[in-house]
Amino acid sequence: MNNSCSPCKQGGHSQDDYMLKIQQIGFLLVDLNLYLDTHPDCAQAIDDYNALVCTMQELREAYIRQHGPLMNFGTAPSSVPWQWVDDSMPWPWENKRR
Amino acid sequence: MWYYEKRLEYPINIKKCDLRMAKLIAAQLGGPDGELGAALRYICQRYSMPTSKIKGVLTDIGTEELAHVEMISTMMFQLMQDATVDEIEKAGLSPYFTQHGRAVYPVDSSGVPFTAAYFQSVEDAVTNLHEDMAAEQKARVTYERLMQQADDPDIIEPLRFLRQREVIHFQRFGEALDEVNFRKDRKTIY
Repeated sequence: MNNSCSPCKQGGHSQDDYMLKIQQIGFLLVDLNLYLDTHPDCAQAIDDYNALVCTMQELREAYIRQHGPLMNFGTAPSSVPWQWVDDSMPWPWENKRR
Repeated sequence: MWYYEKRLEYPINIKKCDLRMAKLIAAQLGGPDGELGAALRYICQRYSMPTSKIKGVLTDIGTEELAHVEMISTMMFQLMQDATVDEIEKAGLSPYFTQHGRAVYPVDSSGVPFTAAYFQSVEDAVTNLHEDMAAEQKARVTYERLMQQADDPDIIEPLRFLRQREVIHFQRFGEALDEVNFRKDRKTIY
């Protein structure tokens, strides 16, 4: 979490805080992407998109370092044993009731 | 959350239009043992599975099946792409052409549209995993029959790859089933 550009330094370091931030920035990127699909010449939106790409990358890296892989198929390294199916990293549909 | 990667899992470049094979390969897009049913089956079943390992297997194989839906769709598209209306009529695809043109739409090789009734999802890991293993074997034999009827290597090679993936998925589901069967808290006396 050193070497990061501003927004990702904010907020706590807990898994939930990181996840919420990733969901927020992730949604901005989804929505901007859709807008740009039909407005490919909008330089202003592309600027916003590019800035968020950097933020998102740093957020992801910080999350993966602390909590393990976010995505499958070769997008993050793993320690032993294979972290993807480790019980310490719940699946997204598992809420806090149990 | 899902992301799309702009590439095929295995390269496909079919140079020759072949409506007969397009009609047959449709079985693996919208048919009862096809890739779309496989993807939806695993992605539905994963929620109520008992262990993280099995949730992972279903998530990952379900995701790979979506890549196979894309591969089969690509084959359908390339096989129909340049067909004339005359060729379509001779291949017996006029009803399909009437409803869909040369677009990709999930039907089986007899033109029956895809339905979610092709798969189950029940709150029981043993039941789900047995269905999954059977589904992989049924898809494997379907690929073998398709390969028997194809002569173009551009068609056979991707089919061979997809057939091999069915074998691997069967193996992984078998290991997932072992995990259920050998869990320490499993009831062994009835």
